Amino acid sequence: MEPRAVTAPSPAALWRPRWRYEPAHLALYAALLLVVGVLVVLPIASVLRGALVDSGGFTLAHVVRFFYTPLYLESLRNSLYAGLGATLLASLLALPPAFLLGRYQFRGQALLVTWLTVPLVIPPFVGAIGLNQALGRAGALTLFLEDRLGVQFVAAEGLRGVILAHALHYFPFILLTVTNALANVDPSLEEAATVAGARGVRLLWRVTLPLVAPAYAAGAILVFVRSTDDLGTPLILNVKNMLGPQAYFRITTIAREDPDGYAISIVMLALALVAVLLATRLGQRREVATLQTGARAAGRPLRGWGPRLLLALSVLVGFLGLLPHLGVVLMSVSRVWSLTYLPTGYTLDHYAEILFRAPQFVVNTLLYSATAAGVAVAVAVGIAYLQHRGRVPAPGLLDFAATAPIAVPGVVLGIGFLRVFDRWTVPWLGVPLTALWLIFPMLYVARRLPYAVRATSAAMAQVHPTLEEAAAVCGARRWRTFRRVVLPLVLGGAVAAGVLVFVTAAVEFDATVLLISRVEQSPLSYGIYLYAQSPRGRGAAAALGTVAVVLVAAGTYLANRIGGRRPALTW
Amino acid sequence: METVSTERVLAVEVELDRLTKRFGATAAVYGLSLSVGRGEFCTLLGPSGCGKTTTLRIVAGLVEPDDGRVLFDGKDVTRLPPWDRNLGMVFQNYALWPHMTVFDNVAFGLVERRVPKAEVRRRVAEALDKVGLTGMEGRFPSQLSGGQQQRVALARALVVRPGLLLLDEPFSNLDAKLRVQMRAELARLQRDLGITTLYVTHDQEEALVLSDRIAVLDSGRLVQAGTPRELYENPRDVFVADFLGGANLLPGMVVRRGAAEVEVQAGEARVAAPVEGEAAPGQPVWLSVRPEHLELSVGDAGDLRGTVLATDYLGWTLQAEVALADGTRLQVRGLDPSTPLRPGQTVGLRVRSGRARVFPRRN
Repeated sequence: MEPRAVTAPSPAALWRPRWRYEPAHLALYAALLLVVGVLVVLPIASVLRGALVDSGGFTLAHVVRFFYTPLYLESLRNSLYAGLGATLLASLLALPPAFLLGRYQFRGQALLVTWLTVPLVIPPFVGAIGLNQALGRAGALTLFLEDRLGVQFVAAEGLRGVILAHALHYFPFILLTVTNALANVDPSLEEAATVAGARGVRLLWRVTLPLVAPAYAAGAILVFVRSTDDLGTPLILNVKNMLGPQAYFRITTIAREDPDGYAISIVMLALALVAVLLATRLGQRREVATLQTGARAAGRPLRGWGPRLLLALSVLVGFLGLLPHLGVVLMSVSRVWSLTYLPTGYTLDHYAEILFRAPQFVVNTLLYSATAAGVAVAVAVGIAYLQHRGRVPAPGLLDFAATAPIAVPGVVLGIGFLRVFDRWTVPWLGVPLTALWLIFPMLYVARRLPYAVRATSAAMAQVHPTLEEAAAVCGARRWRTFRRVVLPLVLGGAVAAGVLVFVTAAVEFDATVLLISRVEQSPLSYGIYLYAQSPRGRGAAAALGTVAVVLVAAGTYLANRIGGRRPALTW
Repeated sequence: METVSTERVLAVEVELDRLTKRFGATAAVYGLSLSVGRGEFCTLLGPSGCGKTTTLRIVAGLVEPDDGRVLFDGKDVTRLPPWDRNLGMVFQNYALWPHMTVFDNVAFGLVERRVPKAEVRRRVAEALDKVGLTGMEGRFPSQLSGGQQQRVALARALVVRPGLLLLDEPFSNLDAKLRVQMRAELARLQRDLGITTLYVTHDQEEALVLSDRIAVLDSGRLVQAGTPRELYENPRDVFVADFLGGANLLPGMVVRRGAAEVEVQAGEARVAAPVEGEAAPGQPVWLSVRPEHLELSVGDAGDLRGTVLATDYLGWTLQAEVALADGTRLQVRGLDPSTPLRPGQTVGLRVRSGRARVFPRRN
């Protein structure tokens, strides 16, 4: 093969250069800009406006007041504390198994990986319900500690509960990135250090750890930002003095136009933005030390007490990670479970409640999520196509706007949606747009578009332009080429992304809760919250939670089957 | 009812008329004119970046020229999109659709042409038979070897009975042995079908073996077009001489002008060479001698004397690099492998009579 510096035209240089831009592409571009503009840009802009503009024009007064209000400062402190605590605890949980999995080779390794990633299928606010049953004030393990050991310690309560729920849900983020980084470290880098005289702990400290540090940091930042952003878990555990709950309460109970709510939003937005930018930069640095050729270091066998200790720790982490699941599932079939280790009676009544007596939660969720997934995939395919082949001005603009929500906390996007679409009156019906169920699919499209666009764009990047040229030469017009060549090749990635949009939409809570106007319209996630408010409803909440877990597990499995390889990490 | 002859009459005559294409500030193709006769196998030959692929893509309709015209049978097709040009094209990376079986890949163009199903089946079978892939219909491209993928690409290009076959370095991803084999098969197919063919390569051997005519390109311009023999024996300039076959270049000066030849003094050698046009005595020229046109003898008899720098023993032949007293290095090919040559040895070189060429040299 010869290099083609001069002769290779860019793929966009195909056909009809008499016009710089392609009319059909421009039309699609305009339509997509409108969709992304309305769903993403308007709500975010509206939040910024709410915080930074008042009758006198631009002002920083609201943001400044945030830092002089003790309640908000305490909330900020608590959110940061929860984020750091969750990150620290998640690291403690993740690092021993990560080291074991990245460095050693043993039977049952794949099984252990699967087991340790199971926590991802339970949304943290659902997990909180299960944790409460296991480690809450009247939890089984709490009682056990008190009865048998005389220790009074409630692990899952207040901020501590939030930290525990987040750590147990998010530690696989760190586990997977670090395992991957360890397995991908070019063995010759360590070999070179060994030849130079470093071994044992010094090798680990001076070479190996610095090499995987960026990967660890990226995973840890993700845990931190998800944990500080969260609204559902604190609400379920009745923790109010955090940023998410404060923003939610200001907007929903004080006033829709209360500037303090928007000031809190802006602080959350800034935190998330900094974290995401940092993680992105670290992600770029990570590439340097990893190997492209797939020549991995052979894993070492498990010998000696060190690795055995790691294995024991990993199994312990595996059991801890299952606590929320066990708690939720058991709760969902318990008739009475109070002040005993295990339920004192079993029943399927809670499932009858949520499937037959009040089926709207599940039905709504399926409808909203499926709609959102379909729309998100269609929009993502359009954006990915224009990004790679579009003969339009600034094709990157669309992609940028569509991926922006990745740095927007759910509460903030929900507030933005409320502020914008509450004022939009639907023609003929004469009600605000927020009164229609369509607002939920719209919200989920906006929230999950980044993931759909990334996955689809990655699939599109794999389609070599000559595949389309070959079709054109064979007699296929542009649309036929798209339908017969491009679409089938991109569809696998797009559908996998769609399934993930579906499952993440199905358990979305933070933004959903802001847009609930009528219970009949509410999806499963809000149903869980609603039931969990009363002690008698906890069984039904757990049953809904179990449905959510099953949906997420099935969807994640399906997405991995369709999309291949990559572990599906999303919310 | 189908006869072989109906396939033959489809071939078109191609004319490229002063094509120019710029990418940014660089002209990839500049004022290129070339005609390819009906059924002719024409090769665009040149180093990387010479504009040959761009030219091919202009003919395919994948790139629109900034200036100039493309004519098929005298009809201007410059603004015609690729799908309306009735072409077959083989890409360097084959560009087989990974989500389609061999059958679907080959049938693609027929489906686009709304050919009835039964005939699609028959013609795909026929095309696969021609390239020796019968029985592979259900395989996916990823299940085929490089050579087989190449054949599928060829079958896909031929099945639509194109008026013109375009090939962009089709063999560059194959190993040397397979390349020679595929080359022979392509030559046979092309002759049998009588299809006009435009072939792009940077491999001079491929070009010499396959082509009825070769067009040598350099920096986007056509330097010379002609039969392989014409180009090899009478290259128009130093670039063609060196690119096609290789040439030793010796700076010299015209000392005598004859009717159709000149005598050139180059170093200590005085050599006669044919010439057209102006060449007055005293004019500086390049004396060009192909490596196989130098006779080498151990000792110091001959036109030029030099020292052996290195020898390459290839089994069936021997080649050597010789340095002249002024430092000029000459390649010598086609020596008897039993010649006892050692580096450092003094040898004499003689230019075979009638084999040297002269080209103008600017000081």
